[in-house]
Amino acid sequence: MSINDRVIAIIAEQAVLEPSDVTPESTLEDLGIDSLGLVESIFAIEEEFDISIPFNANEPEASDFDISNVAAIIAGIEKLVTEKA
Amino acid sequence: MKRVVITGAGTINALGHSVPDTLEAMREGRCGIGELEFRDVDRLAIKIGGQVRGFEAEGRFNRQQMTLYDRFTQFTLTAAKEAIDQSGIEFHGDLAARSGVVLGTAGGGVSTWDDNYRSVYEDGKNRVHPFVVPKLMNNAAASHVSMEYNLKGPSFTVSTACASSNHAMALAFSMVRSGAAPAMVTGGSESMLCFGGVKAWEGLRVMSKDACRPFSANRNGMVQGEGAGVFVFEDYDHARARGADILCEVVGFAMSSDAADIVMPSKQGAARAMSGALADAGLNADQVGYINAHGTGTTANDKTECAAVAGVFGPHADDLMISSTKSMHGHLIGGTGAVELLACIMALRDGVIAPTIGYEEADPECALDVVPNEAREAKIDVALTNAFAFGGLNAVLALRRA
Repeated sequence: MSINDRVIAIIAEQAVLEPSDVTPESTLEDLGIDSLGLVESIFAIEEEFDISIPFNANEPEASDFDISNVAAIIAGIEKLVTEKA
Repeated sequence: MKRVVITGAGTINALGHSVPDTLEAMREGRCGIGELEFRDVDRLAIKIGGQVRGFEAEGRFNRQQMTLYDRFTQFTLTAAKEAIDQSGIEFHGDLAARSGVVLGTAGGGVSTWDDNYRSVYEDGKNRVHPFVVPKLMNNAAASHVSMEYNLKGPSFTVSTACASSNHAMALAFSMVRSGAAPAMVTGGSESMLCFGGVKAWEGLRVMSKDACRPFSANRNGMVQGEGAGVFVFEDYDHARARGADILCEVVGFAMSSDAADIVMPSKQGAARAMSGALADAGLNADQVGYINAHGTGTTANDKTECAAVAGVFGPHADDLMISSTKSMHGHLIGGTGAVELLACIMALRDGVIAPTIGYEEADPECALDVVPNEAREAKIDVALTNAFAFGGLNAVLALRRA
Protein backbone atom coordinates (compact mmCIF):
# COMPACT_ATOMS: atom_id res chain seq x y z
CA MET A 1 0.00 0.00 0.00
CA SER A 2 1.20 3.52 -0.75
CA ILE A 3 1.64 6.14 2.00
CA ASN A 4 -1.50 7.77 0.64
CA ASP A 5 -3.58 4.60 1.03
CA ARG A 6 -2.19 3.79 4.48
CA VAL A 7 -2.96 7.27 5.82
CA ILE A 8 -6.44 7.22 4.33
CA ALA A 9 -7.07 3.81 5.90
CA ILE A 10 -6.09 5.18 9.34
CA ILE A 11 -8.22 8.29 8.96
CA ALA A 12 -11.17 6.28 7.64
CA GLU A 13 -10.98 3.93 10.59
CA GLN A 14 -10.95 6.86 13.01
CA ALA A 15 -13.92 8.46 11.22
CA VAL A 16 -15.77 5.13 10.99
CA LEU A 17 -16.04 5.54 7.20
CA GLU A 18 -15.04 3.54 4.15
CA PRO A 19 -11.63 4.61 2.71
CA SER A 20 -13.45 5.54 -0.50
CA ASP A 21 -15.39 8.18 1.47
CA VAL A 22 -12.17 9.95 2.47
CA THR A 23 -11.03 12.31 -0.29
CA PRO A 24 -7.88 14.47 -0.44
CA GLU A 25 -10.06 17.56 -0.05
CA SER A 26 -11.84 16.28 3.09
CA THR A 27 -11.17 18.28 6.24
CA LEU A 28 -11.12 16.56 9.62
CA GLU A 29 -14.25 18.48 10.46
CA ASP A 30 -15.98 17.12 7.31
CA LEU A 31 -15.07 13.64 8.48
CA GLY A 32 -16.40 14.25 11.98
CA ILE A 33 -12.98 13.86 13.64
CA ASP A 34 -12.78 15.97 16.84
CA SER A 35 -9.69 16.98 18.81
CA LEU A 36 -9.47 13.64 20.62
CA GLY A 37 -9.91 11.79 17.31
CA LEU A 38 -7.16 13.92 15.80
CA VAL A 39 -4.71 13.11 18.59
CA GLU A 40 -5.56 9.42 18.21
CA SER A 41 -5.09 9.57 14.42
CA ILE A 42 -1.71 11.22 14.81
CA PHE A 43 -0.67 8.54 17.25
CA ALA A 44 -1.80 5.78 14.85
CA ILE A 45 0.09 7.40 11.97
CA GLU A 46 3.25 7.75 14.08
CA GLU A 47 3.03 4.07 14.95
CA GLU A 48 2.38 3.02 11.34
CA PHE A 49 5.36 4.92 9.88
CA ASP A 50 7.63 5.02 12.93
CA ILE A 51 7.87 8.79 12.71
CA SER A 52 7.35 11.61 15.20
CA ILE A 53 4.83 14.26 14.18
CA PRO A 54 5.35 17.72 15.70
CA PHE A 55 1.85 18.48 16.92
CA ASN A 56 0.64 20.33 20.03
CA ALA A 57 -3.13 20.37 20.47
CA ASN A 58 -2.88 23.82 22.09
CA GLU A 59 -1.52 25.46 18.97
CA PRO A 60 -2.35 23.30 15.95
CA GLU A 61 -1.76 26.20 13.58
CA ALA A 62 1.70 26.87 15.09
CA SER A 63 2.80 23.25 14.73
CA ASP A 64 5.05 22.57 11.76
CA PHE A 65 2.45 20.12 10.45
CA ASP A 66 -0.49 21.09 8.29
CA ILE A 67 -3.77 19.40 9.17
CA SER A 68 -6.06 21.58 7.07
CA ASN A 69 -7.20 18.62 4.96
CA VAL A 70 -6.34 15.02 4.14
CA ALA A 71 -4.03 15.97 1.24
CA ALA A 72 -2.03 18.30 3.52
CA ILE A 73 -1.71 15.60 6.16
CA ILE A 74 -0.49 13.07 3.57
CA ALA A 75 2.02 15.57 2.16
CA GLY A 76 3.35 16.23 5.67
CA ILE A 77 3.75 12.53 6.37
CA GLU A 78 5.47 11.88 3.04
CA LYS A 79 7.96 14.60 3.96
CA LEU A 80 8.61 13.11 7.39
CA VAL A 81 8.99 9.59 5.96
CA THR A 82 11.46 10.90 3.35
CA GLU A 83 13.45 12.76 6.01
CA LYS A 84 13.62 9.62 8.11
CA ALA A 85 14.91 7.48 5.22
CA MET B 1 -24.43 23.99 61.16
CA LYS B 2 -20.93 24.61 62.45
CA ARG B 3 -18.59 27.27 61.17
CA VAL B 4 -15.38 25.79 59.75
CA VAL B 5 -11.93 27.36 59.99
CA ILE B 6 -8.44 26.43 58.86
CA THR B 7 -6.00 26.27 61.75
CA GLY B 8 -2.97 24.71 60.11
CA ALA B 9 -1.36 24.55 56.68
CA GLY B 10 1.55 22.56 55.31
CA THR B 11 3.11 21.99 51.92
CA ILE B 12 6.00 20.80 49.86
CA ASN B 13 6.17 21.66 46.18
CA ALA B 14 8.53 23.04 43.58
CA LEU B 15 8.42 26.50 45.18
CA GLY B 16 9.39 25.44 48.68
CA HIS B 17 9.44 22.77 51.35
CA SER B 18 7.15 24.72 53.70
CA VAL B 19 4.28 27.21 53.64
CA PRO B 20 6.46 30.28 54.42
CA ASP B 21 8.92 29.37 51.65
CA THR B 22 6.11 28.74 49.18
CA LEU B 23 4.30 31.98 49.97
CA GLU B 24 7.54 33.93 49.71
CA ALA B 25 8.12 32.45 46.25
CA MET B 26 4.54 33.30 45.23
CA ARG B 27 4.98 36.89 46.47
CA GLU B 28 8.16 37.20 44.46
CA GLY B 29 6.62 35.55 41.39
CA ARG B 30 9.36 32.95 41.31
CA CYS B 31 9.17 30.03 38.89
CA GLY B 32 9.76 26.53 40.25
CA ILE B 33 9.57 24.90 36.82
CA GLY B 34 12.80 23.61 35.31
CA GLU B 35 14.55 20.74 33.58
CA LEU B 36 13.30 17.38 34.84
CA GLU B 37 15.83 15.05 36.39
CA PHE B 38 15.11 11.32 36.52
CA ARG B 39 15.96 8.10 34.74
CA ASP B 40 15.23 7.98 30.97
CA VAL B 41 14.23 11.67 30.79
CA ASP B 42 16.14 11.81 27.48
CA ARG B 43 13.44 9.58 25.94
CA LEU B 44 10.73 12.17 26.69
CA ALA B 45 9.60 14.93 24.35
CA ILE B 46 8.50 16.97 27.39
CA LYS B 47 11.51 17.60 29.59
CA ILE B 48 10.30 20.30 32.03
CA GLY B 49 8.27 20.20 35.21
CA GLY B 50 7.81 21.62 38.68
CA GLN B 51 9.94 19.06 40.44
CA VAL B 52 10.57 19.10 44.21
CA ARG B 53 14.33 19.47 44.67
CA GLY B 54 16.61 18.90 47.62
CA PHE B 55 14.09 16.67 49.38
CA GLU B 56 16.08 14.09 51.33
CA ALA B 57 13.50 11.48 52.23
CA GLU B 58 16.25 9.30 53.70
CA GLY B 59 16.90 11.78 56.48
CA ARG B 60 13.22 12.16 57.36
CA PHE B 61 12.03 8.59 57.31
CA ASN B 62 13.63 5.39 58.60
CA ARG B 63 14.41 2.33 56.51
CA GLN B 64 11.19 0.52 57.37
CA GLN B 65 9.12 3.59 56.55
CA MET B 66 10.94 4.07 53.25
CA THR B 67 9.86 0.60 52.12
CA LEU B 68 6.22 1.64 52.67
CA TYR B 69 6.19 5.31 51.61
CA ASP B 70 5.94 6.14 47.93
CA ARG B 71 7.06 9.68 47.13
CA PHE B 72 3.43 10.90 47.19
CA THR B 73 3.11 9.57 50.76
CA GLN B 74 6.42 11.16 51.74
CA PHE B 75 5.16 14.51 50.45
CA THR B 76 1.85 14.07 52.29
CA LEU B 77 3.47 13.25 55.63
CA THR B 78 5.87 16.18 55.28
CA ALA B 79 3.00 18.61 54.62
CA ALA B 80 0.75 17.04 57.28
CA LYS B 81 3.45 17.50 59.93
CA GLU B 82 3.75 21.20 59.15
CA ALA B 83 -0.05 21.68 59.18
CA ILE B 84 -0.71 19.77 62.39
CA ASP B 85 2.29 21.36 64.17
CA GLN B 86 1.02 24.80 63.22
CA SER B 87 -2.51 23.99 64.30
CA GLY B 88 -1.29 22.72 67.66
CA ILE B 89 -4.17 20.24 67.68
CA GLU B 90 -3.61 16.91 69.43
CA PHE B 91 -5.87 13.99 68.67
CA HIS B 92 -6.86 12.05 71.81
CA GLY B 93 -10.02 10.40 73.11
CA ASP B 94 -13.30 11.54 71.59
CA LEU B 95 -11.59 14.12 69.35
CA ALA B 96 -9.41 11.37 67.85
CA ALA B 97 -12.34 8.98 67.50
CA ARG B 98 -14.38 11.48 65.49
CA SER B 99 -11.69 13.26 63.45
CA GLY B 100 -10.37 11.84 60.20
CA VAL B 101 -8.31 12.47 57.10
CA VAL B 102 -9.62 12.94 53.57
CA LEU B 103 -6.99 13.44 50.86
CA GLY B 104 -6.95 13.75 47.11
CA THR B 105 -4.62 12.11 44.64
CA ALA B 106 -5.07 11.22 40.99
CA GLY B 107 -2.33 8.67 40.58
CA GLY B 108 -1.25 7.55 44.04
CA GLY B 109 2.06 5.71 43.98
CA VAL B 110 2.87 6.30 40.32
CA SER B 111 6.63 5.95 40.71
CA THR B 112 6.16 2.67 42.60
CA TRP B 113 4.15 1.32 39.65
CA ASP B 114 6.80 2.70 37.29
CA ASP B 115 9.79 1.25 39.15
CA ASN B 116 8.25 -2.17 39.55
CA TYR B 117 6.93 -2.46 36.01
CA ARG B 118 10.41 -1.57 34.84
CA SER B 119 11.83 -4.25 37.09
CA VAL B 120 9.56 -7.06 35.86
CA TYR B 121 9.14 -6.03 32.20
CA GLU B 122 12.43 -4.37 31.29
CA ASP B 123 14.85 -6.01 33.67
CA GLY B 124 13.06 -9.35 33.44
CA LYS B 125 12.89 -9.91 37.19
CA ASN B 126 10.25 -12.26 38.48
CA ARG B 127 9.95 -11.00 42.02
CA VAL B 128 8.91 -7.63 43.49
CA HIS B 129 9.14 -6.27 47.02
CA PRO B 130 6.33 -7.56 49.29
CA PHE B 131 5.08 -4.04 50.02
CA VAL B 132 4.48 -2.89 46.45
CA VAL B 133 0.70 -2.95 46.89
CA PRO B 134 0.47 -1.09 50.23
CA LYS B 135 3.03 1.40 48.90
CA LEU B 136 1.27 2.28 45.63
CA MET B 137 -2.39 2.24 46.72
CA ASN B 138 -4.14 5.61 46.40
CA ASN B 139 -5.19 5.61 50.06
CA ALA B 140 -1.69 4.88 51.40
CA ALA B 141 -1.01 8.54 52.21
CA ALA B 142 -4.32 9.02 54.04
CA SER B 143 -3.75 5.83 56.02
CA HIS B 144 -0.24 6.79 57.07
CA VAL B 145 -1.45 10.22 58.20
CA SER B 146 -4.20 8.53 60.24
CA MET B 147 -1.65 6.23 61.89
CA GLU B 148 0.85 9.01 62.55
CA TYR B 149 -1.68 11.33 64.18
CA ASN B 150 -4.21 8.92 65.71
CA LEU B 151 -7.08 9.97 63.43
CA LYS B 152 -9.80 7.34 63.89
CA GLY B 153 -12.82 9.00 62.27
CA PRO B 154 -13.90 9.07 58.60
CA SER B 155 -10.78 8.63 56.46
CA PHE B 156 -10.45 7.96 52.76
CA THR B 157 -8.99 9.13 49.48
CA VAL B 158 -10.76 10.94 46.67
CA SER B 159 -9.57 10.53 43.12
CA THR B 160 -11.07 12.88 40.56
CA ALA B 161 -8.03 13.71 38.44
CA CYS B 162 -7.21 17.43 38.65
CA ALA B 163 -10.07 18.16 41.06
CA SER B 164 -9.11 15.46 43.61
CA SER B 165 -7.89 17.86 46.31
CA ASN B 166 -10.82 20.23 45.95
CA HIS B 167 -13.29 17.37 46.16
CA ALA B 168 -11.43 16.02 49.21
CA MET B 169 -11.37 19.40 50.97
CA ALA B 170 -15.04 20.02 50.15
CA LEU B 171 -15.94 16.69 51.76
CA ALA B 172 -13.80 17.42 54.82
CA PHE B 173 -15.48 20.83 55.06
CA SER B 174 -18.96 19.37 54.89
CA MET B 175 -18.12 16.82 57.59
CA VAL B 176 -16.94 19.51 59.99
CA ARG B 177 -19.81 21.83 59.06
CA SER B 178 -22.40 19.13 59.71
CA GLY B 179 -20.90 18.33 63.11
CA ALA B 180 -19.95 14.80 62.05
CA ALA B 181 -16.29 15.54 62.78
CA PRO B 182 -14.78 18.22 65.04
CA ALA B 183 -11.68 18.41 62.87
CA MET B 184 -10.46 16.92 59.59
CA VAL B 185 -6.99 16.73 58.09
CA THR B 186 -7.39 17.32 54.36
CA GLY B 187 -5.70 18.33 51.12
CA GLY B 188 -3.89 16.22 48.58
CA SER B 189 -0.69 15.01 47.03
CA GLU B 190 0.74 13.94 43.70
CA SER B 191 4.03 12.59 42.45
CA MET B 192 3.87 11.70 38.76
CA LEU B 193 7.20 13.11 37.69
CA CYS B 194 8.79 9.87 36.59
CA PHE B 195 9.27 8.43 33.11
CA GLY B 196 5.90 6.65 32.89
CA GLY B 197 4.01 9.49 34.56
CA VAL B 198 5.21 12.14 32.11
CA LYS B 199 5.12 9.80 29.09
CA ALA B 200 1.40 9.21 29.65
CA TRP B 201 0.68 12.96 29.68
CA GLU B 202 2.88 13.50 26.66
CA GLY B 203 0.51 11.29 24.66
CA LEU B 204 -2.34 13.77 25.01
CA ARG B 205 -0.30 16.47 23.27
CA VAL B 206 -1.42 19.21 25.61
CA MET B 207 1.91 19.73 27.36
CA SER B 208 4.18 22.72 26.87
CA LYS B 209 7.84 22.16 26.08
CA ASP B 210 8.94 25.52 27.46
CA ALA B 211 6.65 27.14 30.08
CA CYS B 212 3.21 27.33 31.65
CA ARG B 213 1.72 30.71 30.63
CA PRO B 214 -1.91 30.72 31.77
CA PHE B 215 -4.21 33.27 30.09
CA SER B 216 -1.39 34.57 27.88
CA ALA B 217 -2.27 34.57 24.16
CA ASN B 218 0.93 32.66 23.40
CA ARG B 219 0.26 29.89 25.94
CA ASN B 220 0.98 26.45 24.58
CA GLY B 221 0.00 23.97 27.22
CA MET B 222 0.34 22.69 30.73
CA VAL B 223 3.41 21.77 32.76
CA GLN B 224 3.26 19.06 35.42
CA GLY B 225 4.28 19.65 39.01
CA GLU B 226 4.49 17.50 42.14
CA GLY B 227 4.09 17.88 45.87
CA ALA B 228 1.41 18.11 48.55
CA GLY B 229 -0.74 20.54 50.47
CA VAL B 230 -2.36 19.55 53.77
CA PHE B 231 -4.64 21.54 56.09
CA VAL B 232 -6.43 21.23 59.40
CA PHE B 233 -10.12 22.08 58.98
CA GLU B 234 -11.67 22.62 62.39
CA ASP B 235 -14.95 23.49 64.01
CA TYR B 236 -14.73 27.23 64.79
CA ASP B 237 -15.94 26.81 68.38
CA HIS B 238 -13.42 24.04 68.98
CA ALA B 239 -10.61 26.15 67.54
CA ARG B 240 -11.65 29.20 69.59
CA ALA B 241 -11.92 27.17 72.80
CA ARG B 242 -8.33 26.02 72.52
CA GLY B 243 -7.07 29.42 71.42
CA ALA B 244 -5.92 28.30 67.99
CA ASP B 245 -4.68 30.79 65.40
CA ILE B 246 -7.25 30.93 62.60
CA LEU B 247 -5.83 31.26 59.07
CA CYS B 248 -9.19 31.77 57.35
CA GLU B 249 -12.73 30.45 57.27
CA VAL B 250 -14.13 27.98 54.75
CA VAL B 251 -17.65 29.14 53.97
CA GLY B 252 -18.99 27.03 51.15
CA PHE B 253 -18.41 24.69 48.25
CA ALA B 254 -20.09 23.19 45.23
CA MET B 255 -19.41 20.26 42.97
CA SER B 256 -20.74 19.74 39.46
CA SER B 257 -20.38 17.31 36.61
CA ASP B 258 -20.32 18.42 32.97
CA ALA B 259 -21.75 15.08 31.80
CA ALA B 260 -20.38 16.00 28.39
CA ASP B 261 -16.81 15.12 27.38
CA ILE B 262 -13.95 13.13 28.89
CA VAL B 263 -11.34 15.84 28.30
CA MET B 264 -12.89 19.06 26.98
CA PRO B 265 -13.98 21.49 29.72
CA SER B 266 -17.47 22.98 29.84
CA LYS B 267 -18.31 26.60 30.55
CA GLN B 268 -21.66 25.60 32.03
CA GLY B 269 -20.16 22.97 34.36
CA ALA B 270 -17.52 25.42 35.62
CA ALA B 271 -20.07 28.20 36.04
CA ARG B 272 -22.45 25.95 37.96
CA ALA B 273 -19.66 25.00 40.38
CA MET B 274 -18.71 28.64 41.02
CA SER B 275 -22.26 29.94 41.40
CA GLY B 276 -23.10 26.89 43.51
CA ALA B 277 -20.24 27.64 45.90
CA LEU B 278 -21.45 31.23 46.27
CA ALA B 279 -24.99 30.07 46.95
CA ASP B 280 -23.81 27.46 49.47
CA ALA B 281 -21.81 30.15 51.30
CA GLY B 282 -24.66 32.66 51.14
CA LEU B 283 -22.44 35.14 49.30
CA ASN B 284 -23.18 37.64 46.58
CA ALA B 285 -20.92 37.51 43.55
CA ASP B 286 -19.68 41.05 44.18
CA GLN B 287 -18.18 40.05 47.53
CA VAL B 288 -15.52 37.91 45.81
CA GLY B 289 -12.19 39.72 45.51
CA TYR B 290 -9.96 36.92 44.27
CA ILE B 291 -10.29 33.66 42.38
CA ASN B 292 -7.50 31.15 42.31
CA ALA B 293 -8.07 29.86 38.80
CA HIS B 294 -7.75 26.33 37.56
CA GLY B 295 -5.70 28.12 34.85
CA THR B 296 -3.80 25.21 33.33
CA GLY B 297 -2.27 27.13 30.44
CA THR B 298 -4.06 25.06 27.81
CA THR B 299 -6.04 26.79 25.10
CA ALA B 300 -9.25 25.04 26.07
CA ASN B 301 -9.22 25.49 29.85
CA ASP B 302 -8.25 29.13 30.07
CA LYS B 303 -10.78 30.52 27.63
CA THR B 304 -13.57 28.32 29.01
CA GLU B 305 -12.76 29.29 32.59
CA CYS B 306 -12.68 33.02 31.76
CA ALA B 307 -16.01 32.75 29.95
CA ALA B 308 -17.49 30.96 32.95
CA VAL B 309 -16.19 33.65 35.34
CA ALA B 310 -17.62 36.38 33.10
CA GLY B 311 -20.95 34.56 33.06
CA VAL B 312 -21.17 34.06 36.83
CA PHE B 313 -19.85 37.46 37.92
CA GLY B 314 -21.21 39.72 35.18
CA PRO B 315 -19.73 43.26 35.37
CA HIS B 316 -17.98 42.36 38.67
CA ALA B 317 -15.74 39.96 36.69
CA ASP B 318 -13.77 43.04 35.62
CA ASP B 319 -13.27 44.15 39.23
CA LEU B 320 -12.06 40.92 40.78
CA MET B 321 -8.56 39.42 40.45
CA ILE B 322 -7.97 35.94 39.10
CA SER B 323 -4.57 34.27 38.93
CA SER B 324 -3.09 30.89 38.18
CA THR B 325 -0.20 29.89 40.40
CA LYS B 326 0.33 26.82 38.18
CA SER B 327 2.59 29.18 36.23
CA MET B 328 4.99 28.88 39.19
CA HIS B 329 4.56 25.41 40.73
CA GLY B 330 3.17 23.56 37.71
CA HIS B 331 0.02 21.45 37.66
CA LEU B 332 0.07 19.10 40.64
CA ILE B 333 -2.84 17.13 39.13
CA GLY B 334 -4.62 15.54 42.13
CA GLY B 335 -2.66 17.67 44.60
CA THR B 336 -3.08 20.95 42.81
CA GLY B 337 -6.12 22.39 44.61
CA ALA B 338 -4.40 21.89 47.96
CA VAL B 339 -1.26 23.83 47.05
CA GLU B 340 -3.39 26.50 45.35
CA LEU B 341 -5.47 26.95 48.51
CA LEU B 342 -2.31 28.50 49.97
CA ALA B 343 -2.60 31.38 47.50
CA CYS B 344 -6.14 32.00 48.78
CA ILE B 345 -4.96 31.98 52.39
CA MET B 346 -2.20 34.45 51.49
CA ALA B 347 -4.73 36.70 49.76
CA LEU B 348 -7.16 36.65 52.69
CA ARG B 349 -4.68 36.74 55.56
CA ASP B 350 -1.74 38.73 54.23
CA GLY B 351 -3.51 40.83 51.58
CA VAL B 352 -1.12 39.65 48.89
CA ILE B 353 -2.46 38.30 45.59
CA ALA B 354 -0.19 35.74 43.96
CA PRO B 355 0.57 36.56 40.32
CA THR B 356 0.15 34.65 37.07
CA ILE B 357 3.74 34.61 35.89
CA GLY B 358 4.90 34.00 32.31
CA TYR B 359 2.18 36.34 31.08
CA GLU B 360 3.41 37.87 27.82
CA GLU B 361 0.52 38.67 25.52
CA ALA B 362 -3.10 39.67 26.18
CA ASP B 363 -5.73 37.25 24.91
CA PRO B 364 -9.13 38.78 24.12
CA GLU B 365 -10.70 35.48 25.17
CA CYS B 366 -9.13 35.82 28.64
CA ALA B 367 -9.79 39.52 29.22
CA LEU B 368 -9.79 39.50 33.03
CA ASP B 369 -7.40 40.93 35.62
CA VAL B 370 -5.08 37.93 35.82
CA VAL B 371 -2.55 39.72 38.08
CA PRO B 372 0.17 39.42 35.44
CA ASN B 373 3.73 38.65 36.50
CA GLU B 374 3.84 40.58 39.78
CA ALA B 375 2.08 39.98 43.08
CA ARG B 376 -0.25 42.72 44.21
CA GLU B 377 -1.27 44.05 47.61
CA ALA B 378 -5.05 44.14 48.02
CA LYS B 379 -7.41 43.70 50.92
CA ILE B 380 -10.04 41.15 50.02
CA ASP B 381 -12.75 39.45 52.06
CA VAL B 382 -13.72 36.42 50.00
CA ALA B 383 -11.80 34.11 47.68
CA LEU B 384 -12.82 31.19 45.49
CA THR B 385 -10.58 28.35 44.38
CA ASN B 386 -11.43 26.44 41.20
CA ALA B 387 -10.65 22.93 40.05
CA PHE B 388 -12.07 21.48 36.83
CA ALA B 389 -10.98 17.92 36.14
CA PHE B 390 -10.71 15.68 33.11
CA GLY B 391 -13.90 13.72 33.07
CA GLY B 392 -15.83 16.97 33.57
CA LEU B 393 -15.85 16.83 37.37
CA ASN B 394 -15.66 20.24 39.03
CA ALA B 395 -15.22 21.42 42.62
CA VAL B 396 -15.02 24.99 43.91
CA LEU B 397 -14.49 26.18 47.50
CA ALA B 398 -15.31 29.59 48.95
CA LEU B 399 -13.16 31.09 51.73
CA ARG B 400 -13.49 34.17 53.89
CA ARG B 401 -11.03 36.30 55.84
CA ALA B 402 -10.95 35.31 59.51
